[in-house]
Amino acid sequence: MRKTGLYLLLLPGVLFLTLFMVIPIVMTIASTFYQDGSFTIQGYLQFLTDAYFLKIMLTTLQVSLVTTIACVLIGFPAAYYISKLGPRKKGILLALAIFPLLTSSVVRSFSWMIILGKKGLLNSSLLAIGLIDKPLEILYTPTAMMIGLIHLFLPLIIITLVGVMENIDPDLLKAAESLGASKLTAFWKVIVPLSVPGLIIGSILVFVGSLTAYTTPALLGGKQRVISTFLYQNAITLNDWHLASVIATIMIVITFVVIYFMNKLATKLNPKG
Amino acid sequence: MQEKNRGLALFTSLVFLFLLGPLIIISFTSFEPGSVLKFPPEGFSWRWYENIFNVEMFMTTFKTSMFVSLFGNLLALLLGIPAAYALSRFDFRGKGILNGIFISPVLIPGIVMGFAMLKYVIVVYNLPIYAGLLVGHTVLMLPFIIRVIASSLSNFDFAIEEAALSLGAGRLETFFKVVLPNIRSGIIAAILIAFLESFNNVDISVFMTGPGVSTLPIQMLTYVENNFDPTIAAISVLLMILTAILMFIIERLMGLSYFTKR
Repeated sequence: MRKTGLYLLLLPGVLFLTLFMVIPIVMTIASTFYQDGSFTIQGYLQFLTDAYFLKIMLTTLQVSLVTTIACVLIGFPAAYYISKLGPRKKGILLALAIFPLLTSSVVRSFSWMIILGKKGLLNSSLLAIGLIDKPLEILYTPTAMMIGLIHLFLPLIIITLVGVMENIDPDLLKAAESLGASKLTAFWKVIVPLSVPGLIIGSILVFVGSLTAYTTPALLGGKQRVISTFLYQNAITLNDWHLASVIATIMIVITFVVIYFMNKLATKLNPKG
Repeated sequence: MQEKNRGLALFTSLVFLFLLGPLIIISFTSFEPGSVLKFPPEGFSWRWYENIFNVEMFMTTFKTSMFVSLFGNLLALLLGIPAAYALSRFDFRGKGILNGIFISPVLIPGIVMGFAMLKYVIVVYNLPIYAGLLVGHTVLMLPFIIRVIASSLSNFDFAIEEAALSLGAGRLETFFKVVLPNIRSGIIAAILIAFLESFNNVDISVFMTGPGVSTLPIQMLTYVENNFDPTIAAISVLLMILTAILMFIIERLMGLSYFTKR
C-alpha cells in the first residue's frame, strides 16, 4: 500500500489526540516550570515542604498500598478457585465479577455510604446485636475509602488472575504431584510462580487505579483529601491552577514510574523468561 | 484436599457476597416509601422512581450524557476504525509509537486528563463546555474502540481481503464489503464497551460543567452531597439494569474474554 494511504488512515486520529490530549497534557506539565514569565520550580518546592501536602500524599500512598495488598490477598485464592471450575460455573462467576466492574463508580461508592454511614446498615446491625454501644465513625475516613476502593478494584485483579491461571498447564501440577510434591507444595511451587506476571500486572492496575481514583475518595472520604480530590479542590474550588498543574504532573510521574518499574519486575520474575 | 476446596469455595462465596451485596442492598433501598434511605426498607413504593422524572436536572443531564456518549462514540469510530485497520494490517516504521499514542488515554490518570482539558480545550481553545465534553469523551473512548476492533481484526484472515483485491475490487470497496462485515460483532462490542466507559465517566466530566451543562454521574454526585433520599438508589437500579443488558449483548457478541485478557 502506498505510504500516503497509510497516513490518511492514521492522520485523523493522531491529529485529534495531539490537539485534545497530547498538547493539553504536555502544556500542563510545562506550565509548572513557568510562573510570571520566568523559569521556576517553586510549585514543587512548595509541595514538597508543606506538611499538609505531604500528609495528603502519605494518606494517598497508604490507602493505595493497603488496597493493593488486600486485593491481592483476597483476589488470589478466589481467582484460583474460579480458574479450577468447569466452563459453565467459571463463566457465571466471571460474569458476576465483571458486572460490578462495568457498573458506575458513583453507584458503587454510594452503596457503601448506605452501609457505612452513622445510621447505616453496619452500625445498626452491630448496635442491634450489642457488639458496640455507639455508632462507629467509618464513613468519611481513610478506612471507608479503602473499603470502597477494594470493592472497586477486587474484580479487576480476580479476572486478570483467572485469565493468567487458566493458561497454566494442569499437567505441570500433576507432574509435580507425581514427583512427590504435596498439593500445597505444588500450589506454592507451580501456581504461585507462574501467576507472578499476572499478579504484578493486576497489582499495577489496582495501585495506580487507587492512587488516581476520584469518585470513591470524593464520596467516602469526606474532608479527608487524597491527591486526586486535592487536585480537583485546587483546580475548581481554590482556583489555584499552578498548584493543580504541579499535582497533575506529580500524578503523571508517579503513574509512569510505577508502571515502568512493575513492568521491569514482571519481565524479570517471569519464569518463562 | 476436599477440606481445602470446601474452605476455598466458602471463601469465594464471601468474596462475591462482598462484591454484590452492596449492589443488592442499594436495589432494596430504592423501594423505600419514606424519605430517608433505610435497609431493610419499611415498605414498598415506586415513589423515588417517579421522583427521578420530576427532578428536571436528572432528565437534562441524562440527555446530555446520552448525546455525549453516543455522538462521541460515532466520532471515536470514525477516527478509530481506520487507525485500528492500519495498525493491524500493515507494518511500518513508528508503529510502536503510534500504538502507544492511541492507547495512552487509558494510562494518564483521568482526573489529570480532565484538568488538562479544562485548561486547554475550554480555556485556551475556547470551545463551549458542551463541545469540550464531547471532545473529552471522544478521547476517552478512542483507545477502547481501537483495542477491541484491533483484536477483532487479529482474528480476521487478511487473505480474504487479498482475494477480493486480486479479483479486481477496489480497496475501499473491499474494506466495506469484505473486511467490515467480518468484524461487525467486534465493532458493536467496541461501541458498547466504549459507551459504558463514557456514560459512567466522572473524572473528565467533573471538570466540564457549566451553567445548565453537566452529565448524569456528576448530577448524581451533586445530588448526594445535598440529599440522602432514595432517588439516587432508584437511578442506580436503572443504571445497573442498563449495564446488565449491555454486558449481556457484549457476551453474546464476543464472549467475556476481552475483560480477562491483559
